[in-house]
Amino acid sequence: MLFPFPPTSAAPPRVVITGAGIVTALGLGWKPNAEGFRLGRPAFRPVSLFDVSRQRVKTAAEVDLPDALPPTGLSRRQLARLDRAGKMLLLAANEAWQQAGWKPVNDVPLVLGTTAGGMSLGEDYFRQAVQSPGRHRRQPTRAIHYQPQVQARMVLDALGFNGPITIISNACASGSNAIGHAWNLVRCGQAERALAGGYDALSLLVFAGFDALQALSPTVCRPFDARRDGLTLGEGAALVALETLEHAQRRNAPILGELIGYGTTIDRHHLTQPQPEGNAALTAMNLACDAARLGPKDVDYINAHGTGTVLNDSSEASAISRWAGPRAATLPVSSTKASIGHLLGAAGAVEAVICLMALREQWLPAQAAFETPDPACNFPIVRQPRDAQVKVALSNSFGFGGVNATLILRRWA
Amino acid sequence: MSRIFVAGLGAVSPAGWNVAALRAALDRGEPLPVQPLERPGGDKSLRARLVPAPATRPGFLAHPRLRRTSPITHYTAAAALDAVAGLRALRAEKIRLGLVVCQQAGCVHYSCRFFDEVLKDPATASPLLFPETVYAAPASHVAALLENVTLANTLVGDPASFLQGAALGIQWLEENTVDACLIIGAEETNWILADALWHLDRPAVITGGAGAICLSPDPALSIGVALETITDVHSYRASTSRTQAAQAMRKQLPASSTVELLCDGLSDSPRTDAAERAAWCDWTGPRLSPKRVLGEGLMAAAAWQCVAACDLVSAERFPAANISLVGSNQQAIGARFRWSRPGISDLSPVTRAGNITP
Repeated sequence: MLFPFPPTSAAPPRVVITGAGIVTALGLGWKPNAEGFRLGRPAFRPVSLFDVSRQRVKTAAEVDLPDALPPTGLSRRQLARLDRAGKMLLLAANEAWQQAGWKPVNDVPLVLGTTAGGMSLGEDYFRQAVQSPGRHRRQPTRAIHYQPQVQARMVLDALGFNGPITIISNACASGSNAIGHAWNLVRCGQAERALAGGYDALSLLVFAGFDALQALSPTVCRPFDARRDGLTLGEGAALVALETLEHAQRRNAPILGELIGYGTTIDRHHLTQPQPEGNAALTAMNLACDAARLGPKDVDYINAHGTGTVLNDSSEASAISRWAGPRAATLPVSSTKASIGHLLGAAGAVEAVICLMALREQWLPAQAAFETPDPACNFPIVRQPRDAQVKVALSNSFGFGGVNATLILRRWA
Repeated sequence: MSRIFVAGLGAVSPAGWNVAALRAALDRGEPLPVQPLERPGGDKSLRARLVPAPATRPGFLAHPRLRRTSPITHYTAAAALDAVAGLRALRAEKIRLGLVVCQQAGCVHYSCRFFDEVLKDPATASPLLFPETVYAAPASHVAALLENVTLANTLVGDPASFLQGAALGIQWLEENTVDACLIIGAEETNWILADALWHLDRPAVITGGAGAICLSPDPALSIGVALETITDVHSYRASTSRTQAAQAMRKQLPASSTVELLCDGLSDSPRTDAAERAAWCDWTGPRLSPKRVLGEGLMAAAAWQCVAACDLVSAERFPAANISLVGSNQQAIGARFRWSRPGISDLSPVTRAGNITP
């Protein structure tokens, strides 16, 4: 039953990550992404997915999808109905599932964050409905497969499991909220494991929207740089397999890391602008730390939301500085959006997996595009690739509409 | 946390801008009038049940955050204010409020307008429209309007997700991160939705609006209704049909009763109704089907089912109500609300609503 909840033990169980899947413009899967993020390699190029000739900005971080998807339980007909976002979701889910070594079962919640779902199908629907109103071919399929819950069902069918699907759409915090919600489901005894993450593909509507807002950088995405002038959009997906420590140990599963804290708040300041001092962001970080029972001195790296817009980065810089206090002066921070762009609903999930990579492989993700430090940032930006002892990493995600989320991950050793 | 109470209800529907209008329309039982809907290109006639203009301009529209917002935000805000009216009267700003806004189609009105502008010339597409296309926009605006919202989420899914939203709100109550939680299902009407529905469920008539229920663990805030159960989520898969999922949900709710209410999602659309009709074929007691009167309101319709059922239980017309949400393409979930007043163990006798069958 969803309610009443099952009786819970006095202390919530520890929740570990046993599988991770990632798709970004740096590549498909853990290895190419880890190599790219370690070096801070940028993956931007001219947009080829749609016409941007009349846009102010013409670059983004596009994913190169494979010619064929890995074999799963999807029929040829189902595969043919997957759009770009659905394919990225499936690739990341399959990698996480295979790495976790999970077998098809019932009752594995799937919690996903997305802002656009199958937006490209929605765009096709609109175009045909307006330009050829008498032509109905493929419209019913588009109307169904545009919806994110239908894309999520494909994951269930592909991997052969069953369980409740939850789609969270808190704009750019969606991926973090999805992982945080799944973490809560496991901790409160509603599930022993969960598959969670986020996905979003580039689409004309969203690209044009950010361009219309003049939020896109006409130069280079440089988070926390004094001369930053906007974000660059990207696309991708990331999912993690979460389970109780007891469950993972019972089946001798290799553990990639532990999720130890999650905090979320709402910033009511403005639909698209954060409160300048980052009050809600600060609260999210504090809530996550309270859950993790640690403080700034225990955190070794922050993967910032760091979009590269003037307002986001100054607000987040304020929040990090206030949260970290004296620790800020030596606390390494970077924004991996400088490599792969802003993945919107996928951002928080992808960045959680990047933190997992840093914890597993003991390096700090570099942010190559950074030249002139903003005086408001009193913390060091990781500019060069370097090895480091990373035991605890914190990831921030802040969304349009004001939902803020922070995740804290710990190295498993 | 074993006891959750309903602390308030709100509704905007084609019947009007409050719960009383919804109640009156459902009591009458007559399908509301259908209006033609203009469509670009216009090769086929589309129809809808539109939310009527409010009798007077809602005061909340003067809030700076709501000036340029779309109809879905207006409906969400009106339903929210309706549902928390009792809370605000009692404790005002001291209550930490959670907000879960559930949508299936979401902000289609501005999405269509913006994308139309983009197709014509992206260089001149309005930056004012784009932020309002985001699923999270209504929750953001309502959080700003209510001021005491400390946690907010937007869930997207088929209409059964409304009860997932309720479960999420209860989880926040359980964690003591909020004192009360507002669950809202909202949609707005647009030609593109009517067009899509024409492809998928031809007899259905699209409509819009919002329904809201406010949940609290505090019996003192109760309107006389407790949430007793939300069933498991029964997801549809290639190997689990909608009919099988609906039947699994049905099995988790009580046997047929002559005094309890079943509030279902039937809509006089034979193909769409088949799974739910089969699941509840054993039910011989009173039954209310709001969509037959109001139309296909997607997530708003799921919320109206819960609001209408709670309203009838609160008014002591039924001792309990079972909710059946058999979603279009994701899952089936059910719930049960029962009459509950502090110090009184049961409700009898029962007075039935006029339009409720049998």
